[in-house]
Amino acid sequence: MYEFDWSSIPGALPFLVQGMYISLEITAIAIVVGIVWGTLLAMMRLSSVTALSWFAAGYVNLFRAVPLVMVLLWFFLMIPHMLESIFGFPRGSDMRLGSAIAGFALFEAAYYSEIIRAGIQSVSKGQMAAANALGMTYGQSMRLVVLPQAFRNMVPLLLTQGIILFQDTSLVYVSALADFFGAAYKVGDRDGRLVEMLLFAGAVYFVLCFTVSQLVRYYQKKLKTA
Amino acid sequence: MGYSWNWGVFLQPSATGDDTYLGWMFYGFKMTIGLSLSAWLMALFLGSIIGVLRTVPNKVLSGLAMAYVELFRNIPLLVQLFLWYFVLPELLPASLGNAYKQSNPVVQQFLAAMICLGLFTSARVAEQVRSGISSLPPGQKNASLAIGFTLAQTYRYVMLPMAFRLVVPPLTSEFLNIFKNSAVCSTIGLLELAAEGRQLVDYTAQPYESFIAVTLAYLLINVVVMFSMRWLEAHVRVPGYIGGK
Repeated sequence: MYEFDWSSIPGALPFLVQGMYISLEITAIAIVVGIVWGTLLAMMRLSSVTALSWFAAGYVNLFRAVPLVMVLLWFFLMIPHMLESIFGFPRGSDMRLGSAIAGFALFEAAYYSEIIRAGIQSVSKGQMAAANALGMTYGQSMRLVVLPQAFRNMVPLLLTQGIILFQDTSLVYVSALADFFGAAYKVGDRDGRLVEMLLFAGAVYFVLCFTVSQLVRYYQKKLKTA
Repeated sequence: MGYSWNWGVFLQPSATGDDTYLGWMFYGFKMTIGLSLSAWLMALFLGSIIGVLRTVPNKVLSGLAMAYVELFRNIPLLVQLFLWYFVLPELLPASLGNAYKQSNPVVQQFLAAMICLGLFTSARVAEQVRSGISSLPPGQKNASLAIGFTLAQTYRYVMLPMAFRLVVPPLTSEFLNIFKNSAVCSTIGLLELAAEGRQLVDYTAQPYESFIAVTLAYLLINVVVMFSMRWLEAHVRVPGYIGGK
């Protein structure tokens, strides 16, 4: 039988915490940028200007048809090339974190925009009509009337998507970036304790994601009764 | 950007000499399809059972099914894959573990990937099946129990035939997801599409052509799956329901 030896975890904690910080950093920035860009995409998609709605539809469908791993590989390939040729960044500088954040933010925006589009459509048409009747411009009625109501209904779905995003950040493994999972793997590989480190990483992800998903569920119940 | 395009690279003989680079890509394409379809069958079978168990009036069974779903939903796919591929063989009894480790590496990678994707997706399928069953009007279940069906018969003849037709549209997106998620399996060295794409970059030094070709292959899979599922949806649609004829 396999003999467990958990002794490499305590010494590696600072490195693991640093990795978790990177995971959370990517998650947080991607959520914020994803929601802002996703809202714009959703509004373009619903707009009456054909060019805008086609652009948004194309963007969303493209990103939703391609695996996240592929999107990340694209960004790890393209972003350094672009920064080099456009902004004259020194060749070979480490842009993996920046590329990862850009990749996640643009990828998640496609998923967020679908949630937000459904949210905007769930607000009854009368609200928009009433805001117009009061003399508000399109921008004002969206910002002051429609979006606040839409977002209130969407919060649980947006948070659930955030949990999925947090889990997906482990995929930066393809660029050998030391996020939480990458750090755990590196320590396990170094000490010959891959079994323990992988089980530990799985347990940490489970506890975090399960706790947040229960909070989301609790909030959802409260929202329904309110 | 000073990049020199060369689409002819796909027709050049590959580094191993016995194939072209296009042949490598085709191998990866077949691997992605084979892996995704076999994992999908597994997910559909297990997911249906777990989904049904979540709705039965038995606290122990529905609790176990719920624990199953939560377990597979709250651990990243990549971590699950590594657990199946690196950890499980170590924890098996020595004779079994050694037999596994001595088998063909491609078989090892494929098995780990299939089990991982299958179980991961089964938890999602289970959630769809559960919501399909609970969206049925409660009168259907009560009526069939009242005319003397057992609970098993009620599921078999009344609830499941309806529920499965209702969940086809949400299952379409899970089916698309399994093809996309299969790209994660490139991390354990399985030579599916994404892995072949990376290998092509290393061997041909033509990264853009390689990635464009792989991306187009995924788009193709996506379109084919979407059209065939749309066909299936049209055929199983329940008349009179929302979205029905």
